[in-house]
Amino acid sequence: MNGIIVELNALVLGLFIIATIAMTVTRQIGACMQLFIVQSLLLAASAFLLGASPLSWHLVALGCVTVLSKVVIIPWVIRALVPGEINQRRELAQTIDVPAALLISLGLTLVGYAFAQPLIHAAPSLSAGNLAMGVAGLLVGLFLLAVRVEAVPQLLGILAMENAAFLAGIAVAPDFPLIAELAIAFDVPLLAFIVALLARTAYRRIGTTEVGGLAALREWIR
Amino acid sequence: MIAFTPLLALVAALWCAVPRSDRAAPWVTFVASVLTFGFSLIPLTALRAGGTIVFVRNWVSLDSLAAFFLALIALVYLTASLFSWGYLKGEPGERIRLYYANFNFFAFSMLCIPLLSEIGVVWIFVELTTLLSVLLVSYALSVEALEAAWKYMVLTLLGATIAVLGVLLLFWALHVTGSTDFTWTGLREASARMPHALLGVAFALLLVGYGAKIGLVPLHTWLPDAHSQAPSPVCAMLSGIETSVVLYVLLRLRDVFAGDAALHVGSWFLVAGLLSVGTAAFLIVQTHDYKRLFAFSTIEHMGIVIAAAGIFTPAADVAVIWQLLAHAVTKSFCFYAAGAALMATETREIARVRGLLGTSRAAAAALLLGALAIGGAPPFAVFLSELAILQSGILAHLYLAIALLAVFIVLAFFGLLRHVTNMVGGEPEAGRIRLPAPCLWALALGAIPVVVLGVWMPSGLGAVLQSAARVLGT
Repeated sequence: MNGIIVELNALVLGLFIIATIAMTVTRQIGACMQLFIVQSLLLAASAFLLGASPLSWHLVALGCVTVLSKVVIIPWVIRALVPGEINQRRELAQTIDVPAALLISLGLTLVGYAFAQPLIHAAPSLSAGNLAMGVAGLLVGLFLLAVRVEAVPQLLGILAMENAAFLAGIAVAPDFPLIAELAIAFDVPLLAFIVALLARTAYRRIGTTEVGGLAALREWIR
Repeated sequence: MIAFTPLLALVAALWCAVPRSDRAAPWVTFVASVLTFGFSLIPLTALRAGGTIVFVRNWVSLDSLAAFFLALIALVYLTASLFSWGYLKGEPGERIRLYYANFNFFAFSMLCIPLLSEIGVVWIFVELTTLLSVLLVSYALSVEALEAAWKYMVLTLLGATIAVLGVLLLFWALHVTGSTDFTWTGLREASARMPHALLGVAFALLLVGYGAKIGLVPLHTWLPDAHSQAPSPVCAMLSGIETSVVLYVLLRLRDVFAGDAALHVGSWFLVAGLLSVGTAAFLIVQTHDYKRLFAFSTIEHMGIVIAAAGIFTPAADVAVIWQLLAHAVTKSFCFYAAGAALMATETREIARVRGLLGTSRAAAAALLLGALAIGGAPPFAVFLSELAILQSGILAHLYLAIALLAVFIVLAFFGLLRHVTNMVGGEPEAGRIRLPAPCLWALALGAIPVVVLGVWMPSGLGAVLQSAARVLGT
């Protein structure tokens, strides 16, 4: 691979993990969504860079589908279905404060990086950095899912984790048959649609989208 | 033609999605489910001696194991569609229409899984089973139902996201061997040449990812909520068959990883299974809700199957298939019985249900029969399959694991029976009610395999079980 492309890809990977960490510490839902869009654009950028030299139409197609699905369709679906005041005004309820969340996210990034090392040495891949940052992003996304109690950030946490899995995937399985495109083109927008629909229903029926705080079904409070 | 079997459910779903189709929705769904079951029997019969039917090379095919699961899904789809007919009586037309549209979409997603042989596409359909059933779990629109639906979605999608990285690593490992055949057979043939590190991490990710969907402890917390809050026929589909279908995927993958002896796949399966059975047995004893009771029993049964799959002998594999059949028919029947009890008493709380026999004889008899059968009392099918699992474990010299398994099974049995006998006996708290005819028909139809399979195994079915187990190839 061309040296400039390798360096540009490294820059994209760095920005990807920064965007993922920023999602865990941002308190506004709207800003969290903007960061998810940036994270998706960076995934697409990495796919374009890895697919540029040697040319891989598979990766270029994956980048295009990512932009269409995650930068255009999903934000539109969420904004259309989830009540506007949640997206625009409300402060996020979070089970952990910002400095602690930042520290834990950084720690998880290092853990992910270390965890990926044996895999990187196990077999050749297009970009070792993608695998390391993909695993790190998966862990940070998991943390995001765990600390948020609001519906939309929880959805964004799942989508951020999926982005991270595909960031690793494009480097280790660039000619993966059909699954990535199909999943991103149909599965992920359907996921966003159903989650947003459920969040809207919850808001209308119980007046909140703080789904993390629901505890009617816990066994021990009966 | 057989490859298009799931399309019947898809056509029914699209029909029900059309506005003002609520009157036709129950019988359109029922006809689709009858036809689906009928078509699913064709490959089951054709493949009972083994072999594979290939529809689209490397993408769509059926062997005897897949044909067995196709027929099992179709059977539960059939009885659940019949029970839904009576269960939803009195609901507004629009809600009935939406229910049936979702119900058929959900059935479609499950019916596709055994037909697919490309592992990436299988993953997509496993995720679709969650997405297409979430709105069924939240159908009641109560706070509890919405909470259950949310938990179900977040935890199983989290599992799917972890599993997708496992799928990608598996593809990478296959690529290293020079093969591009990303199917069950392709992976199995290439597994011995795959790098150990990649196989090990892929195994861990897939066990955790798909394990979340199966309800393996400690990833089980969504299961009792979702499987108790959904309408009873949906619970029958979720508990009776959805978990088993994902387990089918994990069983197929087991044989890929078994090629690398250093992974100790059997030990991991045994530990994961025993942890689930043990936890579920104690949860069964302490629960206060009879639908959660049967949901915990599903966790127990999935644990038994996973533990049995860890024994790794041909006899254990036959017992695994037998247990999955017994679980599907019995657990779906249990949820119809629980649905009947709910219609009769309008409460899910065990303590508030007394004298069910006086309120509805059909509901009481079904609940008692279901509890005895699913708990593993003789002469029902679950008793025989669990006995076969314990025997195969002893023959494999896994004495401690089998002793623990037996203790947990007995504990769960007494827990189930204590709760259900408390509900059935005593003075009735409400007047006698009559269940809708389709519900009674579904209970009668569902009871046939529960009772018959314990005392008589048709020779053709025996051949199917043997043949399906051979595909697992230990």
